[in-house]
Amino acid sequence: MRRFVIGQAKNLIDQSRRRQLHHHKNLSFVSLIPPFSAPSDSSSRHLSSSSSSDMSASDSSSSLPVTLDTINPKVIKCEYAVRGEIVNIAQKLQEDLKTNKDAYPFDEIIYCNIGNPQSLGQQPITFFREVLALCSYTALLDESATHGLFSSDSIERAWKILDQIPGRATGAYSHSQGIKGLRDAIADGIEARDGFPADPNDIFMTDGASPGVHMMMQLLITSEKDGILCPIPQYPLYSASIALHGGTLVPYYLDEASGWGLEISELKKQLEDARSKGITVRALAVINPGNPTGQVLSEENQRDVVNFCKQEGLVLLADEVYQENVYVPDKKFHSFKKVARSMGYGEKDLALVSFQSVSKGYYGECGKRGGYMEVTGFTSDVREQIYKMASVNLCSNISGQILASLIMSPPKPGDDSYESYIAEKDGILSSLARRAKTLEEALNKLEGVTCNRAEGAMYLFPCLHLPQKAIAAAEAEKTAPDNFYCKRLLKATGIVVVPGSGFRQVPGTWHFRCTILPQEDKIPAIVDRLTAFHQSFMDEFRD
Amino acid sequence: MSLKALDYESLNENVKNCQYAVRGELYLRASELQKEGKKIIFTNVGNPHALGQKPLTFPRQVVALCQAPFLLDDPNIGMIFPADAIARAKHYLSLTSGGLGAYSDSRGIPGVRKEVAEFIERRDGYPSDPELIFLTDGASKGVMQILNCVIRGQKDGILVPVPQYPLYSATISLLGGTLVPYYLEESENWGLDVNNLRQSVAQARSQGITVRAMVIINPGNPTGQCLSEANLREILRFCCDERLVLLGDEVYQQNIYQDERPFISSKKVLMDMGAPFSKEVQLISFHTVSKGYWGECGQRGGYFEMTNIPPRTVEEIYKVASIALSPNVSAQIFMGLMVSPPKPGDISYDQFVRESKGILESLRRRARMMTDGFNSCKNVVCNFTEGAMYSFPQIKLPSKAIEAAKQAGKVPDVFYCLKLLEATGISTVPGSGFGQKEGVFHLRTTILPAEEEMPEIMDSFKKFNDEFMSQYGDNFGYSRM
Repeated sequence: MRRFVIGQAKNLIDQSRRRQLHHHKNLSFVSLIPPFSAPSDSSSRHLSSSSSSDMSASDSSSSLPVTLDTINPKVIKCEYAVRGEIVNIAQKLQEDLKTNKDAYPFDEIIYCNIGNPQSLGQQPITFFREVLALCSYTALLDESATHGLFSSDSIERAWKILDQIPGRATGAYSHSQGIKGLRDAIADGIEARDGFPADPNDIFMTDGASPGVHMMMQLLITSEKDGILCPIPQYPLYSASIALHGGTLVPYYLDEASGWGLEISELKKQLEDARSKGITVRALAVINPGNPTGQVLSEENQRDVVNFCKQEGLVLLADEVYQENVYVPDKKFHSFKKVARSMGYGEKDLALVSFQSVSKGYYGECGKRGGYMEVTGFTSDVREQIYKMASVNLCSNISGQILASLIMSPPKPGDDSYESYIAEKDGILSSLARRAKTLEEALNKLEGVTCNRAEGAMYLFPCLHLPQKAIAAAEAEKTAPDNFYCKRLLKATGIVVVPGSGFRQVPGTWHFRCTILPQEDKIPAIVDRLTAFHQSFMDEFRD
Repeated sequence: MSLKALDYESLNENVKNCQYAVRGELYLRASELQKEGKKIIFTNVGNPHALGQKPLTFPRQVVALCQAPFLLDDPNIGMIFPADAIARAKHYLSLTSGGLGAYSDSRGIPGVRKEVAEFIERRDGYPSDPELIFLTDGASKGVMQILNCVIRGQKDGILVPVPQYPLYSATISLLGGTLVPYYLEESENWGLDVNNLRQSVAQARSQGITVRAMVIINPGNPTGQCLSEANLREILRFCCDERLVLLGDEVYQQNIYQDERPFISSKKVLMDMGAPFSKEVQLISFHTVSKGYWGECGQRGGYFEMTNIPPRTVEEIYKVASIALSPNVSAQIFMGLMVSPPKPGDISYDQFVRESKGILESLRRRARMMTDGFNSCKNVVCNFTEGAMYSFPQIKLPSKAIEAAKQAGKVPDVFYCLKLLEATGISTVPGSGFGQKEGVFHLRTTILPAEEEMPEIMDSFKKFNDEFMSQYGDNFGYSRM
């Protein structure tokens, strides 16, 4: 799961505009949320909404090279929800709770803002960690004493991996695309999943999936005349990356009424619209399963998307990091690669980049930073450029590479660890499915709240139909209505969620994103508190 | 027919223009030859473990325990791991928010950043603020993040030493900025003359470039020189006068092979200078777990420390860091261990010191062996490797060789290095990958091959060089072996 930050302060953007630093076709929304501040700042800065008094003296001396008005305006412009005001408040409350328990109607802060499963008690898969430990300290392989500590197949796998690393040197920079033997394992895993072959030379291993997305944006975007089609709502890595690279985000709206469906007619409309404004649209980003929306695309939908990209000459950027997170029996994950190949499309027909990560699924290994992109359908001279970009950073971290190969080639029936592995995996996935259902049902019971089911991924994205009084109250506090709601929720219950504005939404609609990740035994209390809060919120603001 | 999105012609020009020779033509050719079965000695990149240097035991023990915390529950664990490694693993796990598998704070685990700050304070004698220290996936990522903030467009220039480690030229290229070179003086042991700096800046400004930052690599890469305190003061004064942010790449601070010029951090010199400098000069210092005697390149662990950067700018840098979510947690633990290694009295202390000293002393000997080996060749002049991990000999190429290179469509030092590779399997990086004065040629090799193999490698080089010179030279027809 990834983090996100509440958007950049309106006042900061206004100031930079006044200074006329840079004129972009500005598709980034203007947030009404007060200034984003680093946690060490005093709380008074959070609550004030005017900025000029906040600017420290040294910021206004523009002769220094690295002040706010002289840094890269694309940095200022980009917005990425990680720790916004809500999380800052939450952290302060958490500190205060240590000494002031009685001052609050809750005992603890529950972070439902961030898809960080292992920070909420999810356990790593034992087999994977056994292999990683053995590769970290290879002396463990030699000691007969340790044969009791590690499963036999984890030892076998560690040997196999080490033999694929020149000199068994796990501390050395590897090939810039990642260790060949590990890429072979990943390619095999892709083939086993899809039924179509994968070439290890098409695989570029990265520190998480995000750096891969950045590389593609870097490659595709030369100026603001280059557009990338992105879903709304979207995971804000895409909007941030496009802004950082100076491109233009071309939004296409997912249809909430039809379970966040992706309509080709909408894609076409937005594409034409962008082109009429002189934008060259270069790629289409699709997140499947979706984030924050959780929908799993139907195969038919995917075929339409593939055809659309082929016809329009767009690169298809397929963010498939939640491929193992599907919770409903009527939907199944199909990779875009599989769909394209089963339509008879090959290298010459479609440029496709597929992203996968170790952070999600049932393994949830966010902190390891492992991932890869499989790049197909482009010429060797372009591949060389991608290689070159990868080589400037030398390589991704080896431990993450090993883990990426393990998730794509887990224990098989008959392996020593298989039974326990499957029990762990199924345990986590079935629990996620139960939590998704329980929370979705609870949200749908709330007055004025509708929530599409989470078919996949790790989130619920309910729609708040807020009464006019609440909207007026928000405006009086100079904050967006969904942010207003989320702040109130936090202060009443200790539950931290992220306002929908962080992901964008149809203007005039309000949402928040809540993860399904707190441990199962905490869910009833969360449901109770949320329900009670919402009741009293509506009692206060009902029209 | 209109171009498709990923047709070569429609790619971002900045990507096409960027070059990174360390993994460029020579390396690719070497990899090809390796696949064909030829024995290759990769001296193209500072990658100690790839050439046989062993990882230090203690950190690997700690991280292995962190990878598999269930080991800590085993009653026999004390028989396999020393008590201090077990304690340290528990310590670092307690600092995380869910072990190695959870995203940390985007700036890095607060407890580790505190340890880094304490290290800096011990090293320099001045306090360091953990809030101004960001951990990154390798120092390179940190450099890229900072340059991304500084470079707004083509009119922004970054002062970079020539020769330089091509991360800088590649990143400036990718970001669409302008590299403003300042030449190091080979005849003065790669010394830095402030007059050269002034000249470079003046020239850039006359072309409408706004010079924004200055990079120093200390100890130098590929050149290995250690800057003197006087030099550092001059540079800091220069940056103050010219309103430049100083980017201090100090990743080789633990690789020092002479005693005349020990490492002094830019931060220490800046603080020693006192006001106004200590309050005015903007400085960003970079460090890593990849070099020193640790050589843990594959972990991708690094940090940068900011000095005199305004709070709002720090927030923006934090925002950019947050897009990368969090640096990988294992490497953060390596960093913690590096800045707070075993202390006298710790169970693992003796072994740790033995391993570290062994590596550093050997590096010092190899630096000498290589420099002397190169200097024994008549057409080669090599400054001593005062620090870092490289040797950067100047190869004087005869005109016939230069002509032959031209015929082959290659830059002369690339031509030489390819021939060296094919004859001996030694994979180097041509000097043109780092920048050099017009008509002067170098190659960069590392001092990392195992000590036992050094004599043979140097002999192999000399044999090749003799043969090359007799083929292309005028008066070098005799064997010098």
